[in-house]
Amino acid sequence: MTQQELIGQLKIIVKPYIQDEEAFKIMTPETDFINDLKINSANLVDVILDIEDEFDIEMDTQSMEKMLDVKSAMDIINAKLNV
Amino acid sequence: MTSQQIIDLLPYQKPFLFVEELTTISEKGIEGNYTLEEEAYFYKGHFKNNPITPGVILTEIMAQIGVVCLGVFLMQEVVLLNKSPQIALTSSTIDFFLPVLPGEKVKVVSEKIYFRFQKLKCKVQLFNKAGELVCRGTISGMFAHEK
Repeated sequence: MTQQELIGQLKIIVKPYIQDEEAFKIMTPETDFINDLKINSANLVDVILDIEDEFDIEMDTQSMEKMLDVKSAMDIINAKLNV
Repeated sequence: MTSQQIIDLLPYQKPFLFVEELTTISEKGIEGNYTLEEEAYFYKGHFKNNPITPGVILTEIMAQIGVVCLGVFLMQEVVLLNKSPQIALTSSTIDFFLPVLPGEKVKVVSEKIYFRFQKLKCKVQLFNKAGELVCRGTISGMFAHEK
């Protein structure tokens, strides 16, 4: 899976929870889930649970706390998939 | 944890405490009931000369019994250390089927969908005394505690 494909998959996952359409359209690895996409902390939990289902991985509290932007989400997914 | 222990730990009081008794408590879900007071303040306004329990109050009853009480139970290790939980309702989607009149006793049945990363999401149903479904839906809340 290329990084571009991974961003594409993340876009599908976060779409139901975003509040800022403009920031979503131009989503890059630097996009912040809370500050840019305006996802609230409760919905961030749903994003994480959807990532778990989509990639068949399990998130712990430590990973959860790091998952604040697209890049850290990609790093965590890549790390878990390569174990 | 007993029904009364959980109720005593709730951050609500009259006129906004909507839990009377918890009848079933487990890791998977919770059941409890509440009797609407005939003289509750909201009946004066909802509706004019025609008191019917507002949907927001039914939602609150479902949230307090089905999500908050269950959350207190699930977090009992933390709660019993005297770290009072901070609670925020984060979403609710409810469909309503029947009206509830002043004085009616209602029963709430809640089933945990998940409790992860401090978020509790539940499928909640509310029944009237005749056992008819009054409303049902999904309610979520976040639980934080003082460190």
